Amino acid sequence: MNAMLEKITNIKLFGHHRLTGYTLGRLGWSIVRGVIIIGICFLILYPTMVKFLVSVMSEQDLYDISVKYIAKNPTLDNYKTVITAMKYPEAFWNTLKLSLFTSIMQLVSCTIIGYGFARFKFKGRGLLFALVIITLIVPPQTIMIPLYLHFKDFDILGIFKLILGKPLKLLGGYAPFVLMSATGMGLKNGLYIYIIRQFFRGMPKELEEAAYVDGAGLFRTFYKIMLPSAVPAMLTVFLFSFVWQWTDSFYSSLFLSGGLRVLSNALSGVSHAIALHLTNLRGSATTVYLSPVLSSMYINTASLLVILPLLLVYLVAQRYFVESIERTGIVG
Amino acid sequence: MAAKRKKRRMGLEEKKAMMGYVFVLPFIIGLLTFFLFPMIQSFIFSLNVIEVVEGGYTLRPNGINYYKTALLQYVSTANEGKSFMTLIGEGLAAMATQVLLVVIFSFFAANLLNQKFRGRSVARAIFFLPVILMSGVIIAVDSGDLLQSSMGLTQTDAQEGSFQAVALARVLLSTRLDTRFVDFIVSAVNRIYEIVSASGVQILVFLAGLQSISPSLFEASNIEGATGWENFWKITFPMVSPLILVNTVYTVIDTLTNSNSVVMTIIRDEAFRNAKYGLSSAMAWIYFVAIMLVVAIITGIISRLVFYQE
Repeated sequence: MNAMLEKITNIKLFGHHRLTGYTLGRLGWSIVRGVIIIGICFLILYPTMVKFLVSVMSEQDLYDISVKYIAKNPTLDNYKTVITAMKYPEAFWNTLKLSLFTSIMQLVSCTIIGYGFARFKFKGRGLLFALVIITLIVPPQTIMIPLYLHFKDFDILGIFKLILGKPLKLLGGYAPFVLMSATGMGLKNGLYIYIIRQFFRGMPKELEEAAYVDGAGLFRTFYKIMLPSAVPAMLTVFLFSFVWQWTDSFYSSLFLSGGLRVLSNALSGVSHAIALHLTNLRGSATTVYLSPVLSSMYINTASLLVILPLLLVYLVAQRYFVESIERTGIVG
Repeated sequence: MAAKRKKRRMGLEEKKAMMGYVFVLPFIIGLLTFFLFPMIQSFIFSLNVIEVVEGGYTLRPNGINYYKTALLQYVSTANEGKSFMTLIGEGLAAMATQVLLVVIFSFFAANLLNQKFRGRSVARAIFFLPVILMSGVIIAVDSGDLLQSSMGLTQTDAQEGSFQAVALARVLLSTRLDTRFVDFIVSAVNRIYEIVSASGVQILVFLAGLQSISPSLFEASNIEGATGWENFWKITFPMVSPLILVNTVYTVIDTLTNSNSVVMTIIRDEAFRNAKYGLSSAMAWIYFVAIMLVVAIITGIISRLVFYQE
């Protein structure tokens, strides 16, 4: 009896002991994990925090050694200066319109193209898809000069010259972006085509076949059956294309310099613009000299203003975005 | 009867093939007008001297002279007089470390984010934030920014960052590890911010892959008494290994075709600052061929090691 009791308590003790060890191990790991995750999150957010802290500093604070992070004389003057010098409202609207246009067009074209690659067998499909990947690999610098010349005097087989007497001048406006987006040739569109194709490839064939049997045509099947379930993948593509178009400086500076005012170009030239703005403001005869620190402060303020709208969009979209990854089947 | 049915089936197949072309048609048009045609044109430019004249440009044949110049004579005054080929080589070497670190980090991060813990969705949202924060013009403006670097994290931080790394290197070297390994670790620590911010898309891809693994595999192996460690190496790793290839290739391309890279800057400046369109085109073609070779070699090596289910 006694022995049996001892046995039972022993088992219990043993069990209890094991449980504690296990729990301790798990607790240890969750602490380590927490530290790692918080550390990385801090690392990611830090530069943006720095931007914000710098953007509210006054000129005195910059030269004050006792000020490292928190401004002693916080001010919003930097924002005022940067917004006027960048012509922020105008650039903002243009960028918004451009990014929306292009990302919607890219979404439509890449979805259609991706579906074509995923669901139809036709001659040359493998080769064409290899070319999709090649468009990603080729550095855009290789085709930048021909593209520039192409849009400078745009013509298709001399048709416009015949009708209008001269080729079209398309630089400086939306046209190059619209044309390239509509044909799946915009910024990183190869990647989007790839994502959409992978998604559709992962969908069961029976779904389509059932729709055909029920008498739906190919197009009807596409937009009634296939599209609604592709929303997560499409959302990912849309978010990528909107954000990358917003901050794109390559195509913007190639096609728009001297034309349409967009944020990315305005940001690239912001210190010059501010120097000119301050010169006009003070009415001085020579261009105002911005010290490197001061110019850096303005640049940080300006870049914060450029990403601020994106951060807001992300704040709203991230829930769907993060959730949708599980269903995107990017990798299917 | 059977023959009749077969004929009708063929009809649908043919129709579907036709429709395939219809769906892909926008891409074919874009490919021809905005890609292949410009590619050919750029190749022609690289073989000619281009002079901009009123209302257009003229071409004067130049043979392969621009290629010779780029390969043998060109020195970049902006980069301590290094030759073009040296700069490509340096770019490739830097890329190799970067890619290794990014792929390892993003795999690690995806595994972390795949576990269940409180605040996971917030952590995920922040981990993907670099997709926004570190893109295009922002990365160009931030890199080398004076205040950003004086406050700590970017690589240009000459004082504090490298100081810590020196201490770390001393500790690691005292353990008699291989020097190359120590160098690698130290460079990883120095570049942690750069790596984290270049990993957004890769984490996304790995995470999606981790979630597509069927839970029944883990259930079965748990019943067989496998530990978490065994599960990781015998199930998780092989199942996502194809994505290692995808992510490696993506990172290689992303690093090499980044418009802020030294080689890309030279190519752009030769064209738009110095108006040497032919030379710029020749350089772009050389670089393109180099990238193709690198991607082909890496794909060849990794795809041998990858596990495919079918």
